[in-house]
Amino acid sequence: MIVLARTALAVALVTAPLWLASSYHVHVLIMAGIFVILASSLNVLLGYTGLLSLGHAAFFGIGAYTSALLALKLEWSFWLALPAAAALAGTAGWAIGRLALKLRGAYFVLVTISFAGVIALVSTNWMELTNGPLGLPGIPAPALGPWSLRTKTAYYYLVLAAAAVAYLVCARLVRSRIGRAFLALRENEPLAESVGVDSTHYLVLATVVSAAMAGVAGSLYAHYTRFVSPEVFLFSYTVTMVIMVVAGGKGTLAGPVVGAVLFTILPEALREATSWQWQMLVYGVLLVLLVFFLPRGIVPGLQRLAPRRTP
Amino acid sequence: MSLAVRGLGVQFGGVTALADVSFAVQPGTITSLIGPNGAGKTTAFNAITGYLRPSRGSVLYDGAPIVGLRPSQISQRGVVRTFQKTSVFPTLSVEANVMIGLHLRGRAGLWRILAGHRSVRAEEARLAAHAAEILAFVGLAHRRQAEASALPYGEQRLVELAVALAAEPRMLLLDEPAAGMTGGEKDIVSGLIRRIRDGGVTVFLVEHDMRMVMGISDTVIVLNNGRVIAEGDPAAIRSHPEVIRAYLGAGAPRG
Amino acid sequence: MDVLLQHLINGLVLGGTYALLGIGLTLIFGLMNVVNFAHGEFYTLGAYTAFAALALAGVGFFTALGTAIVVGAALGGLCERVLLRPLRGESIDTTMLVMIGVWIAMQNAELLGWGGVAKTIPHPFPTAPLTLGPLSVAPLRVFVFVTALALIAAAHLLIQRTRLGRAMRATFQDRDTAALMGVRIGRIHTATFAFGSALAAAAGALLGPVFLVYPSMGDLASLKAFSVVILGGLGNLAGATLGGLVLGVAEELGAGYVSSGYRDAVGFVIIILVLLFRPSGLFARAERIG
Repeated sequence: MIVLARTALAVALVTAPLWLASSYHVHVLIMAGIFVILASSLNVLLGYTGLLSLGHAAFFGIGAYTSALLALKLEWSFWLALPAAAALAGTAGWAIGRLALKLRGAYFVLVTISFAGVIALVSTNWMELTNGPLGLPGIPAPALGPWSLRTKTAYYYLVLAAAAVAYLVCARLVRSRIGRAFLALRENEPLAESVGVDSTHYLVLATVVSAAMAGVAGSLYAHYTRFVSPEVFLFSYTVTMVIMVVAGGKGTLAGPVVGAVLFTILPEALREATSWQWQMLVYGVLLVLLVFFLPRGIVPGLQRLAPRRTP
Repeated sequence: MSLAVRGLGVQFGGVTALADVSFAVQPGTITSLIGPNGAGKTTAFNAITGYLRPSRGSVLYDGAPIVGLRPSQISQRGVVRTFQKTSVFPTLSVEANVMIGLHLRGRAGLWRILAGHRSVRAEEARLAAHAAEILAFVGLAHRRQAEASALPYGEQRLVELAVALAAEPRMLLLDEPAAGMTGGEKDIVSGLIRRIRDGGVTVFLVEHDMRMVMGISDTVIVLNNGRVIAEGDPAAIRSHPEVIRAYLGAGAPRG
Repeated sequence: MDVLLQHLINGLVLGGTYALLGIGLTLIFGLMNVVNFAHGEFYTLGAYTAFAALALAGVGFFTALGTAIVVGAALGGLCERVLLRPLRGESIDTTMLVMIGVWIAMQNAELLGWGGVAKTIPHPFPTAPLTLGPLSVAPLRVFVFVTALALIAAAHLLIQRTRLGRAMRATFQDRDTAALMGVRIGRIHTATFAFGSALAAAAGALLGPVFLVYPSMGDLASLKAFSVVILGGLGNLAGATLGGLVLGVAEELGAGYVSSGYRDAVGFVIIILVLLFRPSGLFARAERIG
């Protein structure tokens, strides 16, 4: 049954540009795919390792700017700019990870917000590098040999592939001893240490992986919208990511995927009906309601309804 | 495999938790650390296993100093401890708990895991089999899938023991392993401790239950007011005047 | 030298209101262990209430300030009672998420209600600046500073000299013993949240006329409040007072001598540096392993 559902889903995704009504719908799926990667990356940190980071938009933005600047100023190909973006975002993650060693809980959250705030201010003020609030337009689309991946259909497949890889990375990580180390740190850090789990090493690893993935999402975003401005550091992106993870189900693999798709499609669907202020207002109320009534998120809620097969 | 503690001192602000503690734990023995409440027993454990930085003194394991090392580094050398308060990975299954304990037994690194290399799958299978063995040893095989925090108290403490054993200790430090247990459960734990010792692991425990302590220990060390006041076999300790005074109070009339 | 003194004066004016924000938050964060990300929203609420009172209802300045304080206290108390009390005992992450939800909801409600265009609050003070030698300062700012100091003094008095204050201090130091001594912890929590929010609203009502009023003004206010709390030490009122003044002056000096674009970075940098280098020195409850 599950295998059938998964195959059907895979087929639907792969053939999507064929049966979707318009290129606008493809656009929505592309954005959903980028957010799947972003939400999954936050889930590694928040869901599995138990670190609430509210500065995740910083890694997204660093990835976007790095990729954009390398492509624009040094004329790097997208295929080199993307890994470089991941690497730089990962380095920023490393810095945050080292900070986490001394801090937990509220203080860690505050440091992540402050870090994101400083990066955002730098991007607004360092005109020579980032062009400040005017942003960087004209980012080139990726090219595969002689073909430019400029069309929505082509970019859709790029993002689909990237999201699939991101999901696979998370799945393999989570089901390994590294994933277990993350969980151990979330559940009971002193106990984890007592059986040889080096919390320093694994906290930093979690933040680096998480940040690098967010950087990939940033690069994909930059080369899709072909314009990057300090708006990528907006706190509302972080909030959206947090809602996606928390509503979808933190600490599950499918949770961020469900959350990302839901909270990308929903705003677009409601775009005609309401303004984004109403949306954000609903998000706020929704977050409160989720904490009270569905604290583990949608996916675990569904899992409880479906009969469990004993592995 | 021996532990040598010399002149250990721990200070919290103005309070001296441990003044000048020196003792040795011989390999292959069951050694108990006893003393009235507040004597500093758990503090000593914390200082030995890296959860506390002692203000003074040295701790040698197998001849190598371990003061200043992180707890995970000390575990890597084979010294594993349990905690006084029930410590499990609460929302995870019992099996997952033990799998985490097996962390040091795995070798798979980040890149091989991401690549999905088949050696990773083989290792996972090996670890899962090992986890099953350990659960069988402590008698929790039937609880494999249960959520750790949902188990009754006595079984949670067995989970703790299983997790510690999974880390392949050469020296196991148990902090009040029988606390809050029924008589029957205590007997089970005593039996397990003996079997662990017979398997070549040195056991060093803190315990309040005198019957249990005297029943299984090869050596008993008595702590009071942050100092060692006696060290010897159970019979000698039982009749030691200092020990009796420490527990009953000097000249205190018993009514 | 004159420029320096001018910056100092401006910094103190700003700092007085930062101190109000900080005192409110240090009580909430310190006593209730709640990461109140909505703190800045009460600041905004105070500003909009003052706007409504002054521009729409046409009442006097002190009345407007009083209204803002009352509204802040009422909404704060309600928030605590309805949202936080049921979650008491949950992890700090949970309450944090709830307060983030409140933050977003309040801000966007304000956006919808008042619109995104910034508003100016009319004030009754003459606009011609007072001059003391080479220094000049607007009468409004003098008023703001003096009122802020008065409110800070009132807050200190409440905490140090009243029964409520004593109960709050007891709860902060040792909740269980306080409960055993008959302190109604639930009521203290509600009172603390209400009090902290009222101070934030007062800060908003005071600064509103100095700058502009717009829905997202609370974001930076929240973070600066946290910065003050971290500087001064959790639950430390005197520390928050001093920390607020320090932050205000540091911002002004930074904006004047380094770059005005990075003015808001001062608060962030403080948070990062202090938490990095003296996390346990300035904190009663730094979280550590083991």
